Amino acid sequence: MAMTVKARRRTMRAGVVIGLVLGAIFAAAPVLWMLSSSFKSNTEIFELPPRLLTDSFSFDAYIAIFTDPEKLRFFLNSYIVAGSVTLLTLFVAIQAAYAFSRFEFRGKRIFNVMIVSVQAVPPITLLIPYFGLVVLLGLYNTYPGLIFTYMVFTLPYAIIMMTGYFNTLPRELDEAVRVDGAGSFTALWRVLVPISVPGIVSVGVYTFMIAWNEYLFALTLTRTVDMRTVPIGIQLLMGQHSYEWNEIMAMSILGSIPVLVLFLFFQRYFISGLTSGSVKS
Amino acid sequence: MQPVIAPDTVTLVVGPEQGRRRRNRTKTLESYGFLAPTLILLLVLMIVPIVMVVGYSFLDNVILNKNPEFVGIQNYLTILGDSGFIRAISNTLVFTITSVVAHLVLGLTFAMLLNSELIGRVPRAIFRALYILPWLFTAAVIAVLWRMLLAPNGVVNYLLNTDVEWLASPELALGSVTFINIWAGYPFFMVSLLAGLQGIPAELHEAARVDGASGIQRFFNVTIPQLRPIIVSLVLLDLIWTSQQFALIWMTTGGGPINVTEMLSTYTYKLAFSKYDFALASTSAVLVLLLSMVLAFFYVRHQKARD
Repeated sequence: MAMTVKARRRTMRAGVVIGLVLGAIFAAAPVLWMLSSSFKSNTEIFELPPRLLTDSFSFDAYIAIFTDPEKLRFFLNSYIVAGSVTLLTLFVAIQAAYAFSRFEFRGKRIFNVMIVSVQAVPPITLLIPYFGLVVLLGLYNTYPGLIFTYMVFTLPYAIIMMTGYFNTLPRELDEAVRVDGAGSFTALWRVLVPISVPGIVSVGVYTFMIAWNEYLFALTLTRTVDMRTVPIGIQLLMGQHSYEWNEIMAMSILGSIPVLVLFLFFQRYFISGLTSGSVKS
Repeated sequence: MQPVIAPDTVTLVVGPEQGRRRRNRTKTLESYGFLAPTLILLLVLMIVPIVMVVGYSFLDNVILNKNPEFVGIQNYLTILGDSGFIRAISNTLVFTITSVVAHLVLGLTFAMLLNSELIGRVPRAIFRALYILPWLFTAAVIAVLWRMLLAPNGVVNYLLNTDVEWLASPELALGSVTFINIWAGYPFFMVSLLAGLQGIPAELHEAARVDGASGIQRFFNVTIPQLRPIIVSLVLLDLIWTSQQFALIWMTTGGGPINVTEMLSTYTYKLAFSKYDFALASTSAVLVLLLSMVLAFFYVRHQKARD
């Protein structure tokens, strides 16, 4: 009955390893299959028994995307929209975060609650009035129509993250400049912003990722193929070309690369930023 | 991809400084200056649209009608009496609650495994990277990937030695989309809970061990109580997000077959952009908003209590 400590430890270790491997299969096998399918021909994708590697490994699906102006346009659109959203969001959020981090003012709590609550407003609720507004303002099927509507999702996160970052920097830094007679605006952009580059970059990356992945508004507020973004492009590919799965998978991988690369480079910040406050004493 | 926001970054601000009444007025004016762009955007993107959608919900068909008439609560009676809406509520409940419970269980299990001292640093880093993978793909990619895997002649059917249409069968479709959502969403829990586990002081476990507590007892009497605040935050956030899920459903089943996967979001979307009944759609959207606000109320209150 009583196992030795060593034997028990070995059994537990085996359990942990088996659990980890099963979890890894659950998490990664679908992704591996996506990668493998993007290098196959369409007949081989559904070949039985399924094989991870086939004889006719090829880049055809990728070449087909890179030589098709319509598909490249999806990427261009996504870069234009996500890039603009990021720059605008940063410009607005940095100033708001400065006010939240450095000033006491009337209404602070209410604005705070407002910004937190925005995150809970369902996109589908905003979609109908946005559609009305965007048509009314002549912004239907344009970049600005998408860019401004996306800011309602990016701004709250950016302000909250940026405020947290400013709070970690000593107040003396920018206060000294203010005492010397410079305005707050100068103190913010000349002193605080330059030393906040790591925080700003992380907030920017995060904003870019939200905008890059957005689907519902991109679907509803644009109409012509030349205005579609990558997530809609993937869906269009699914409908138009009667299931050329290798191309759909290649497009999915290419469409995920910006996020994968950004995550890879910034994951240290994301994980720590995600969790720094979460363990309160 | 799910938002990467921290559950707790949400408790922002309230700077350390107070008093200094003399300077308060100029400070308030200055603050408003810095906040002006944000406030204008929130007014245009939040307040105005919400007033609009509430207004729409009391009119007969807006947007298409040039001169819509005020119809009082007629739209609300119509929506609440529609079996499709009731169906969408019940599907959303099943989908959301199952997803959130599974996210928590899977996220906690993986976090515990990754936190185990029985494995080395390198395997831990590799496993963690693999486990985060589903988080990095957007809903459109997740949808097409699983449509391929779950196709009648796809790899899942081959491995299970079955021959079913996972996404097209009335019996299986709701379970299938829920499973896909579980796959896509657990890493957010895992990452947050892993950090939570690492934040539990080792002395607590040590003290419990000295008192003779078994591993299971320590899990329920040390680990879970220590993680409780994070778990409550995560569950509330996930309830809000999952009940609003649109893209994944729209691109896998579109709410079908015969409405078995119709969610509040797809139901509302179809009313507006397939049936062009913007007034009824607005009514439904207002009801979805109310539901989310109830959850948001508990979330904000919980965050405040944690401060």
